[in-house]
Amino acid sequence: MAVFKKEFKSFFISPIAYVFIVVYLVVTNFLFFQGFFLINQADMRGYFGLLPWILLFFVPAITMRSWAEEKKVKTLELLQTWPVSDMQVVMGKFLAAFCFLAIAILSSITIPVTVALLGSPDPGPIIGGYLSAFLMGAAYLSIGLWISSITENQINAFILGVVAIFILFIIGSQFVTLAAPQALIPILTFIGLGNHFESVERGVIDSRDIIYYLSVISFFLFLNVQSLGSRKWE
Amino acid sequence: MSSSNNGFMLEVKGLDKRFGQVHAVKDLNFQIRKGEIFGFLGPNGAGKTTTMRMITCYMPPTSGSIRVDGLDPIEQSLAVRQKIGYLPENNPLYNEMTVREYLQFVGEIRGIKGSKLSSRIDDMYSVCGLSRMSGRQLGHLSKGYRQRVGLAQAMIHNPDLLILDEPMTGLDPNQIIEIRNLIKKMGHEKTVIYCSHILSEVSATCDRILIINEGQIAASGTPDELTQKSSSGTSYNVRLKGDRYEMETRLSEIAGVSSVKVQSVENEWVSLTLSTGSKDDIGEAIFKCAVDNKWSLSELKAETVSLEEVFKQLTRG
Repeated sequence: MAVFKKEFKSFFISPIAYVFIVVYLVVTNFLFFQGFFLINQADMRGYFGLLPWILLFFVPAITMRSWAEEKKVKTLELLQTWPVSDMQVVMGKFLAAFCFLAIAILSSITIPVTVALLGSPDPGPIIGGYLSAFLMGAAYLSIGLWISSITENQINAFILGVVAIFILFIIGSQFVTLAAPQALIPILTFIGLGNHFESVERGVIDSRDIIYYLSVISFFLFLNVQSLGSRKWE
Repeated sequence: MSSSNNGFMLEVKGLDKRFGQVHAVKDLNFQIRKGEIFGFLGPNGAGKTTTMRMITCYMPPTSGSIRVDGLDPIEQSLAVRQKIGYLPENNPLYNEMTVREYLQFVGEIRGIKGSKLSSRIDDMYSVCGLSRMSGRQLGHLSKGYRQRVGLAQAMIHNPDLLILDEPMTGLDPNQIIEIRNLIKKMGHEKTVIYCSHILSEVSATCDRILIINEGQIAASGTPDELTQKSSSGTSYNVRLKGDRYEMETRLSEIAGVSSVKVQSVENEWVSLTLSTGSKDDIGEAIFKCAVDNKWSLSELKAETVSLEEVFKQLTRG
């Protein structure tokens, strides 16, 4: 699909993509190995524990540009008169961003290799961890893309994206649920992005968690298609 | 191919568009035949761009219908988009792409593939004079070249209907002439809609012109028809030597003259403007009058109302 190809290439046209991947790797590796040798345990718990917080900033940085820039430069108007449906464009952008993020996450493969050389880690949680990182990353991306589609300014898209993801993440944590009314607790725990991450990360792949992530992704992609169509009701 | 389009590329019926309180387009009706270069003219904010956006499926009308070669932009949106090549106002481009990448992307989106696509890109290079710019980034191109890339983008899939919204903005006179010739060349095979607020542009290029103002049609016809439609008749500029008051009386007695105005007096030379209510030629009568009164005549010039003035009259609320 043309949109996917163009979007994916556009990540690599500027040096920002390489800077992004390098910074991502440096930050994650540094934060991980800082504690790794102290704890002296051959697993990647620490790494996957950090990931939701690191992605919280890295994902909006990937998505902030995608719609906001097109709106600002007005290429969106042209794009929407070409023979592609809004749905196709949204999917193209989403998949391109996802592939880019997947490359970044997979570049951290040096960590499990190092861990495996130093000890004998249980492969289950590591594979589970990567799987949940992809799912969570995709969910973050869909939120970030939607935010980008309702703003015209990249910086706003970034900040609002971080805030939106943060709220969805924290809403299910104990910190919030302790203060919430009793009846809301199961709902909040279910909606919160974080709880589903932890269970997959433990190596337990529960179809409910996968379904949860897929629904979050489809929901925000749907909102994205809607916000593109909003020009029609004005 | 639909059969019910009677040779019309575009039919617009009762087209209406509101944005909240703003009534941008009011009950527009017009048709464009295949192979016409159609000028869509109006002052800024008259509703030109809004109308084009509705034709190109960017936004639906509040009411009314549009048929592009018999197809409905809402029901058969993707088919309509495939028929249209569109150069929007201000020509937005993906600045980080090169000329070639961009045209390739647009071609792929339009479903052109492989060797067909590269031959189309080469065609566009030669038609629009872009060959030397192939590897340049769009953000680094001059305004004239950007405009050509915009045109190439609009024409790459050989569209039946080419819509150009203010294609000459920011071009220098040489570039304007180049692009104008390009449009005329296109008009041999394609239907072209050319939106502009610059009248001389449109009258130099278009077969038929529609003038809109405040969302409504103010006039339509060929450039010549529009000139003739104007209500005021011909006016004459005359420069005579003699007594100014006598001139005013004598000249106003000529049949057909509705007013005589003295423009300036230098020594004995008087410049006057005579207006007539009709289009009858009274040049000879003016000359005879001057001879009869023994005034020397140094200037006698008939001035028909220009399109420029028609436009001003029609679009001034």
